[in-house]
Amino acid sequence: MQHPVLEVCDLSVSVGERPVLAGVSLAVPAGEVHVLLGPNGGGKTTLLMAVLGMPGYRVTGGRILLRGEEITALPVDERVRRGVALSFQRPPAVRGVSVGTLVGQILARRGLAGTTLGELSRAVGTDALLERELNVGLSGGEVKRSELLQLLALDPVLALFDEPESGVDLDSIAVIGAGMRRLLDRDRPDAAKAALIVTHTGHILREVPADHGHVLVRGRIACSGDPGALFEDIRSHGYEGCLTCRRCRNTPAPSSARPPLAPAARAAGDRPAS
Amino acid sequence: MTGEETRRRAEAARDKPAAFGPDLDLGGFHVDPAVREPAEHAARQRQAREAAQAVGVDLGAPRPAGTFLQIDQSVIARRVGAGFAGRIDILPTLEALEVPWVAERLWSIVAPDADKYTAAAALQATGGYCLRVHPGERLEEPVQACLMIAETALSQNIHNVVVVGEGAAAHVITGCTVNRATGGLHIGVTECFVGKNASLTFTMIHRWAPGVHTRPRSAVLVEEGGTYVSNYLLLGEVASVQMYPLTLLRGLGARANLQAVLCGRGDSVIDIGSRVVHEGEGSASETVSRVIGAERSRIWTRGQLVARTNECRARLECRGRLVSSGASIVAIPELEADGVPQADLSHEAAISPIAEEEVSYLMARGLAREEALAAITRGFLDVGRLGLPPAIARSVDEVLAATPAGCN
Repeated sequence: MQHPVLEVCDLSVSVGERPVLAGVSLAVPAGEVHVLLGPNGGGKTTLLMAVLGMPGYRVTGGRILLRGEEITALPVDERVRRGVALSFQRPPAVRGVSVGTLVGQILARRGLAGTTLGELSRAVGTDALLERELNVGLSGGEVKRSELLQLLALDPVLALFDEPESGVDLDSIAVIGAGMRRLLDRDRPDAAKAALIVTHTGHILREVPADHGHVLVRGRIACSGDPGALFEDIRSHGYEGCLTCRRCRNTPAPSSARPPLAPAARAAGDRPAS
Repeated sequence: MTGEETRRRAEAARDKPAAFGPDLDLGGFHVDPAVREPAEHAARQRQAREAAQAVGVDLGAPRPAGTFLQIDQSVIARRVGAGFAGRIDILPTLEALEVPWVAERLWSIVAPDADKYTAAAALQATGGYCLRVHPGERLEEPVQACLMIAETALSQNIHNVVVVGEGAAAHVITGCTVNRATGGLHIGVTECFVGKNASLTFTMIHRWAPGVHTRPRSAVLVEEGGTYVSNYLLLGEVASVQMYPLTLLRGLGARANLQAVLCGRGDSVIDIGSRVVHEGEGSASETVSRVIGAERSRIWTRGQLVARTNECRARLECRGRLVSSGASIVAIPELEADGVPQADLSHEAAISPIAEEEVSYLMARGLAREEALAAITRGFLDVGRLGLPPAIARSVDEVLAATPAGCN
């Protein structure tokens, strides 16, 4: 049996002393794009950071598996070398290190030459950014394109995107969408890569349609299902509605990881579906 | 200043400590090198090539404008490059004391009685070079000089004179290093004269040994419309280095751009300053230093901007970073304006840590922690801003890459 690219099993995460995620489970099979929705502070970024293994995001319970291999205890650079990569929402400025230098270093590690850098850079419109310092004085759109260029260089099997369209104009969203499709091999029927995208607006889903959606509220998966239907429900009832939604009880969890219902949903019994 | 007066003043300062830095007992060093067998001498010269390369001086380079190499007290090479004859002159200082363009400038902007180190150079000079770039000659290739100590406990007392004539332009790269010596003293007096509308880029790379002390004593005079660019890199461990060079912007619109990159390693004691005096109307300067304190190094970075005219502008910036709890950095900026209310002087000093967020971010791109730290440190040192010629930049990159974590 083929393992999902990502399996998150009953994952609890604290940031500092504050518990943020409490028993999150989900799975993203090969070739699928999942979207993660939820209110501010619901734990979406924390989930991505925990999957990547960023310091400060302490796993207090549960497991993270990449293609069946447990990576929960691996440091971030080891996870990246195994094929996880994240497009940060607000990456830090790194003075003195240029975009081109870093991407060149990533490609060199993969045994790829500078010609690849040029080709990837043209694809996402970052030629003018290569000499710029990482995230220093870049516009919102430039930051996102720089992040995407880095992910293209890494060529991960699991791509995590934290609000790839925030602060980006519509033209740039199209460029970023094209880059994401290329990254994920979305135009190939045998695409084996997977992605988990955090979005508030859903604009990026017009460029990169999602196969499945999850709603993360108060540190728990409140609902999973068709992304379009989830968006409609959220528009109608807000995120709080997800906590009391009857339909969630019948939502099949993707692959092997069935998300547990939030206590509030279980207690709600047969209340009308949101 | 006559030779007699120079000697008299130097004698009076024979035991005078420097204003800053550890005081050295010069009796612990000697100026007469041991007599060596020809075979050993030849072997040392071969090794010198590699040591020179490590401080950015390529003795085998085909096209430098000029080359000067001194090992201990012996001048090993003095060449004017093909196509540069008649455009520049390079002379060993000890052979040029009576040459008018040298004699009239020796000890004219560095005082022989400044301290015991200038006194030693005045009383027992053991070498150095004199370079003249003729007026109007704009050199396409750098002049390179290497001053090397090969014998432990030797005192190398150097005196250099650099003259860039009116409208001329030159880049001088001086690498100072050791070849097998584990200790010693390098005293380097350098007097530079940048003529009207001339420019001089002076790049000095120091890479010593843990037992070597060095006391550069430099001054630069910049005439009207002249530009002086100084790049100083200190790489590797040194017992102590102390210097406080003077840049005198005398002419109308004279400019200076001074940059220092210091890596404190091991038990190094580093006390490095830069004094810029603005006398010329419209003169401007920028002084920038980047300092890494690693291991147990103790570093003082000083800077002084002096305005003696209303129409001047100067900026001083020092950024330090401690990468070890055993190291220390003291940044001491000074601004001085007396009776010149329109003078515009500013400084900015900061000592700040490596942001863990930046390290994690680079690790999220697959870099190991050490690689991420190295990339951030290199970025902080920002050697790229020095505008070094490609060959020299590559050499400096190699030097930095070969330097253990904390300064690579």
